[in-house]
Amino acid sequence: MSQNSEVVVHQEHVHEAHAHVGEHVHRDDMGSKMGMWLFLFTEVLLFGGMFILYASYRFIYSDAYKVAAAELDTYIGTINTIILLASSCAVVLGIVALQRKNKGLCLGFLWFTQACGAAFMVNKYFEWTHKIHLGIYPKGPALADMSEGEVVFFGLYYVMTGLHGLHIIVGMIFIGTIMVMIQKNKITHDNYQKLENAGLYWHLVDVIWIFLFPLFYLIH
Amino acid sequence: MANGSIAVPAEPKGKLVDFYKQESKHKGIWSWLLTVDHKRIGLMYLLVMIGFFLTAMTFGFLMRLEMLTPGATIMKPQTYNTLFTLHGVIMVFLFIIPGVPAVFGNFIMPIQIGAKDVIFPRLNLLSWYLYIAGGIIALISLFTGTGAADTGWTFYVPYSIRTTTNVSLTVFAAFVLGFSSILTGLNFITTIHRMRAPGMTFFKMPLFCWGIYGTAWIQVLATPVIGITLVLVILERTLGIGVFDPALGGDPLLYQHLFWIYSHPAVYIMILPAMGVVSDIIATFSRKPIFGYTPIAMSTLAIALVGYLVWGHHMFSAGTSDTSNVIFSLLTFLVAIPTGVKVFNWVASLYRGSIEVTAPMLYALCFIFVFSIGGLTGLVLGTLNTDIHLTDTYFVVAHFHYVMFGGMGILFFASLHYWFPKMFGRMYNEKVAKLACIIFVIGFNGLYFPMFIAGYLGMPRRYYDYLPEFQVYHVISTVGSWIMISGILLMFANLLRGLRQGAVAPANPWDSTTLEWTVPSPPPMENFEEIPVVTKGPYDREGLIESKVKHQLKH
Repeated sequence: MSQNSEVVVHQEHVHEAHAHVGEHVHRDDMGSKMGMWLFLFTEVLLFGGMFILYASYRFIYSDAYKVAAAELDTYIGTINTIILLASSCAVVLGIVALQRKNKGLCLGFLWFTQACGAAFMVNKYFEWTHKIHLGIYPKGPALADMSEGEVVFFGLYYVMTGLHGLHIIVGMIFIGTIMVMIQKNKITHDNYQKLENAGLYWHLVDVIWIFLFPLFYLIH
Repeated sequence: MANGSIAVPAEPKGKLVDFYKQESKHKGIWSWLLTVDHKRIGLMYLLVMIGFFLTAMTFGFLMRLEMLTPGATIMKPQTYNTLFTLHGVIMVFLFIIPGVPAVFGNFIMPIQIGAKDVIFPRLNLLSWYLYIAGGIIALISLFTGTGAADTGWTFYVPYSIRTTTNVSLTVFAAFVLGFSSILTGLNFITTIHRMRAPGMTFFKMPLFCWGIYGTAWIQVLATPVIGITLVLVILERTLGIGVFDPALGGDPLLYQHLFWIYSHPAVYIMILPAMGVVSDIIATFSRKPIFGYTPIAMSTLAIALVGYLVWGHHMFSAGTSDTSNVIFSLLTFLVAIPTGVKVFNWVASLYRGSIEVTAPMLYALCFIFVFSIGGLTGLVLGTLNTDIHLTDTYFVVAHFHYVMFGGMGILFFASLHYWFPKMFGRMYNEKVAKLACIIFVIGFNGLYFPMFIAGYLGMPRRYYDYLPEFQVYHVISTVGSWIMISGILLMFANLLRGLRQGAVAPANPWDSTTLEWTVPSPPPMENFEEIPVVTKGPYDREGLIESKVKHQLKH
C-alpha cells in the first residue's frame, strides 16, 4: 500500500508532462533542500530590512529605546524563548525518529512542536493584550504621550514580533500538513525531505526569535 | 488511470508531438491554466505581459500628448499624476522586471541546459498565478476606492502616507508581484544547479542562462527587502506605526534606503538576462563563437554583486552624508567596468565574423548603440556634482528610458524575434520586421533624446505643465512617441501575421548552436526524447558545419 500510493504521489508531484518517463520519475532531494535554503535566505532578508530599521532608530533614539524596552516583560520573553528552543529540538528528534522508521514517535515529537507553537502564541496574545490594555499601541492614548523614540520602538516591536508570530502560525500549518502526509505514509523513512524542509523553516523562525528577544527585551 | 497523459504511449522516434498538441489530463483552456509545462507557462506570461505593456504604453502616449503644449492640453494635473504612476508601476513591476526571465527564461532556459522542465514545475505555475493576482490587484486599485495612486512608482514617503488615493492597494499589488518574482528566481537557481544535462558544465552554458542565473540571485536576495518595505508603508497608512512618518518620529530617508536597496538591483534584474540574449544573438549571426565567453559570464556575476552596493546614488540630493555619497559614487562607476567588458566583447565578437543582419540581429545592434548612450549618461548622473544639477529633471527620465526601454525593451523585442520560430513554429516576414525595428529605433531616439537636452536646461520631471521655452523639445518628443508607437504596432502586427500565415519554421532556422535549436520547432512536451550529452562549448560551430555539409552532400 505504501509503495503504491507513493508512486502515484510522485507521478502527480512531478507533472503530467512526464508522459513516457514511467519508471524513473524525477525526485531530487538535494534540489528540494536547496530551494528551501534559498527561500530561507529571502526570509532572512525580509527580517533583515526591519533589523536595519531597528538599528538605525536605535542609533537615533538610543535613550528612548532604553526607556521603552523596560516596559516589556522579560519573564514572558524568556519563557517563550525556552518554548521555541524546545520545539526546535523536538523537530530534530522527530526527523531522527522517522529516519529510524518510528513513525509514531516522530508524530509525537511533531505534536509537541505544535503544542509549543500554540503555547508561544498564547503567551504572545496575553503580552499584546496587556500592552493594548495599557494604551501602548500605535495611535493609542498612552503611546501618544510618549517620546518619538518610544513610538518608533513600539511600532517596530508590534511589526516585528507580529510578523514573527505570523511565521509561527505558517510554520504550524506547514508542520501540520507534513504530519498529515506522514500519517498517510506519503512521507516515509526513505523519503523525508519535506519533513526536513519544514524543520528548516521552523528553525529559521526560531533563530529570528533568538535575535528579537535580546534586542527588544534584554537591552535596557 | 487518474493521470491521463501517463497512459499515452511514447511516440515513435522523430515524430514527437509538439507541446501545443500534446494531450494532458485537462482539456481546453484548463490544459493551459493548470499546466505545469514551462513552455506553456512562459507563453501565458508572454500573452498577459504584452497586454500590460500595451496598456502602459497607452498611458505613456497620453502623457506625451498632454505635454504637447504648455498648460492643460487633454487632462488635469491629478490625472497626469495618476498616469505617470500607473505607467511606471505597470512597466516596471509587470513588464520590465519579469519580462525576459518569466517569458524567455521559462520557455528557453530549461531547453538550453538540456532539461525537461524547471525543477519545481508547480511552484512555477504558482508564480504565474501570483503574477496575475498582482496584476489584477493593480488594475483594481485603478478603479476602486478614492482614485488611483498618484505617488510615482517609487511610493516615496511621506507623500505616500499622506495622500488619500488608493496607494495601499497598489503597494500591495507590488508586494504580491515581488512574491512571484522571488519564487521564479528560487526556481531558476535550483534548476540551473540541479538540472543541467550531463556534460553541461557551468562554463558550457549559453550566456543567456548565465544572465538568467545572475538575475535569479538578485530576485531572491533583493526582492524581500522591498516586500517588507511596502508592507510597512501599508501598516503606516492603516495603523500609523511611525517607522517612516516624520510626524511620529520616523525617518523618510530610511524608506528611500530600503526602497533602493531593492530597486537598484532590480535594474540589473531587468538588464542581465537581456544581456544574455544579446550574447546569444551576436554569436549566432556573426557565425563565430562569442569573444570572451568567460569574461562575459563573470561580468554578469560582477554586475549582480556590485549592483547591490550602489543604491545610495538615488539619494545624492536627499541629505545623505558626503562620505556615503562619495563611496556610492565610486561604486556606481565600478558597475560601468563589467558592463563595458560586455559591450567590448560583443563588438569584438562581430570582428571578422560573417555577419548576417536579420531582424533579431538588427535589434541587438540597435541595443548596443542605444544602451551605450543610456549607460554613459548614467555616469553623468553617478557623478556627484552633475547629479545635483540634474536630479529630478528630464535628463533622469531620458537616461532611465534609454537603459530600461533601450536595454530590456529592445532586447525583449529581439528575443521575441529570435525565438519566435522556436516558440510558435512559424516564421515572420523578415523585411517588415526590420522595417518595424528601424521605425521603432528612430522614434525611440526622437522621443527620448530631446529629454536629455530639456532636462539639462532645467525641465523638471513629473510636471504636467512647463515654461514655453521647453515646448520645442516636448513637441519633438511627442512626435517621436508617435513614430515609435507605429513601429511597435507594426512589429506586433507582423508577428501576429507570422503566427497565422507564416512559413513553417525548421528546427534551426538561424544556424544557431545552442541546445534549444536541436529540438523541433515548437518543441515536444518534454523537450528532449533523450537528455543530450553535451561535449562542446555553447557557441562551438564545428559540429554544426559538418552536419550541414553532410546534409548538403546528400541532396
